[in-house]
Amino acid sequence: MTKKIKSITNPKLKLEILTPQEVQKIHHATLHIIENVGVRFPSRRALEIWEANGASVDHESMIVKVKPQIIEEAMKSAPPAYELGARDPQQNLNMDGNHVFLGTDGCGVEIMDIETGQRRSSILKDAGDIARVADATEEIAFHWVALSAQDKPAETRGLHEIKTVWENSTKHVQTESIYNETEARAAMEMAIAVAGGKEELRKNPVLSLMQCTAPPLGHDGGSLDAALVAAEYGVPTGFMTMSSCLTTGPATMAGTLAVGNAEVLAVSALLQLAFPGAPIFYAAAQTASDPRTGVYTGGGPEDFLFGAATNVLADFYNIPLSMGSFATGAKEPNWQAGLENSMSTFMATIAMSDMLLGAGFLHGSRIWSYAQMQMDCEIYSIMHKTLQGIIVDDETLALEAIAKVGPGGNFLTQKHTRKHMYDLFLPKYMDRRPYNVWEEKQDNADDWALEKAREILSTHQPEALDPKISNEMAKVISSLEQ
Amino acid sequence: MSEELFKEMAQSILDGDDEVSAELAQKALTEGIDPLAAITDGFMPGVNEVGENFACGDAFLPELVMAGEAMKAAIAVLEPAMMASGVTRQVLGTVVLATVEGDIHEIGKTLVGTMLTSSGFKVYDMGVDVPTADLIAKAEEVGADIIGLSALLTTTMIKQKEVVDEIAKRGLKVMVMVGGAPVTKEWVQRIEADGYSEDAIGAVSVAKELMGL
Repeated sequence: MTKKIKSITNPKLKLEILTPQEVQKIHHATLHIIENVGVRFPSRRALEIWEANGASVDHESMIVKVKPQIIEEAMKSAPPAYELGARDPQQNLNMDGNHVFLGTDGCGVEIMDIETGQRRSSILKDAGDIARVADATEEIAFHWVALSAQDKPAETRGLHEIKTVWENSTKHVQTESIYNETEARAAMEMAIAVAGGKEELRKNPVLSLMQCTAPPLGHDGGSLDAALVAAEYGVPTGFMTMSSCLTTGPATMAGTLAVGNAEVLAVSALLQLAFPGAPIFYAAAQTASDPRTGVYTGGGPEDFLFGAATNVLADFYNIPLSMGSFATGAKEPNWQAGLENSMSTFMATIAMSDMLLGAGFLHGSRIWSYAQMQMDCEIYSIMHKTLQGIIVDDETLALEAIAKVGPGGNFLTQKHTRKHMYDLFLPKYMDRRPYNVWEEKQDNADDWALEKAREILSTHQPEALDPKISNEMAKVISSLEQ
Repeated sequence: MSEELFKEMAQSILDGDDEVSAELAQKALTEGIDPLAAITDGFMPGVNEVGENFACGDAFLPELVMAGEAMKAAIAVLEPAMMASGVTRQVLGTVVLATVEGDIHEIGKTLVGTMLTSSGFKVYDMGVDVPTADLIAKAEEVGADIIGLSALLTTTMIKQKEVVDEIAKRGLKVMVMVGGAPVTKEWVQRIEADGYSEDAIGAVSVAKELMGL
């Protein structure tokens, strides 16, 4: 039973990606967009809230234009810090701006089967199995529903998914696949069952919701209604922009940041107007479309820069950030996967994104790979170590040991060495063997990573969820299926 | 005389300038140039050149889309004149296009529409969140050869199957091609759709293949 969660905190490394003046410029551009171009809110409830709060609402186009002071005033009630709850309270996550937590990625449709290695469509059992492996993996702090339960009815699929994740893990669950009010209300009932009551859920939100915006400058009606339900229950909710240079955003990165920021800021203000003080977060995974084909890339220098810049914006609005990193566009665990996932994660962690998404996917968040998941966790661990930087003090300068060894000799027998050798990073999946050892087996990191996942899956039993709670959740789901 | 104008027409497509292409189309009508010739000998070579540049990686997607828009603008000016004189433009096929019910994701579907139009298909783009019944009614109304269906969510992707099934049930002679991020080869086989592509460019080849071209 793993209790420890590996979070990145108090980093020594720093990066200035946007100056305060540049942030102001993006902020003002964003307010200009919201006031003059507007954002589409195709939900009756959302439009009513806007209207009641003095925004200009066009009911035909469902485009809302809002004066800057309304937005800025509304954002004042957003809590700057809060905890994401977990079934096991020791695994609660502090969204205080000084922790980075890694989650699995989500919403994939295929999986490299852990036994056969063959690619196939995802089913409910996969979502549960992945949660179980994640439960035992210290780098993973929370879950997205990794794969879509395509063997379950579309109307209740999102509910089956969170049920199985809770049954297989004690960590926080964030779902990105609850798309309408009915499902959201059911999800709240299920979360209440897990938390042990409505007030308990508010205090210890074992569930959070992530919704996607519909760039450029739009939202999905069902997602808005679902988010409003979550906000009502004090369940943390974030909206993710995936605005993409060239297609759903301008070709320029600053313009794409502004478009995405307008989507997220406008809807965040809406949630605060409806339920002042509701815990919200900023979510983003901007990218650049490939200039030749327009396809979603899932990696590249633009992603890396967005990954760091967005946290500066979230800090400016004083709310936590959930940032898309990892999720390489590579088709198998290879050079591209290692490069993209390392760089995107470095940039998002050095900026101290509160939540980091997400480990485990290939082909731009479509195909789950257990091997990739474990290797992504190693990348995260490397960031964890790297961000600590180099500590310079009398102890670490080791003058006494240096004097003892003198010119020539070595440090292997020094007490100082014995004390500090554990500070050094020990990889799980980097090949440091002699060449002839490799030559004999010709095995690689992905083989070892897959083996590790197999071992966890066959041995790890998470702390069982009270069957009464499972039954209650099942009842909620079946009442919608009748 | 028209040689010079035709060159300008092709250039307006290469520049992706829909204002200039519409002006040139108007000019052709004023000068009494056959609208069909304006399309085939004027604008079309421009479309072909952009297409070739794109195929070998020299042109970027926005150039291709803007060329498509410029072509559309020219056709919009020339088509009424053609219809008035009883001439119909040869189209490669008629496509009814939509994002399925419950899904509002637009961009991929719209790109496919632009690509198909500029390649010579007649496209009826019905937008997003379109119910199966509306789609089929439209396909019957315009005598569509192909219905193109986009979906981005696994929960809405099943509507693609619904459309395929409905067509089979009614015994309609219309083919279905599908697309969208979660759509895979295996899904297409399972729902027995006629074709699929992972991107907008590929969609054109698939549509041509379906039309036996």
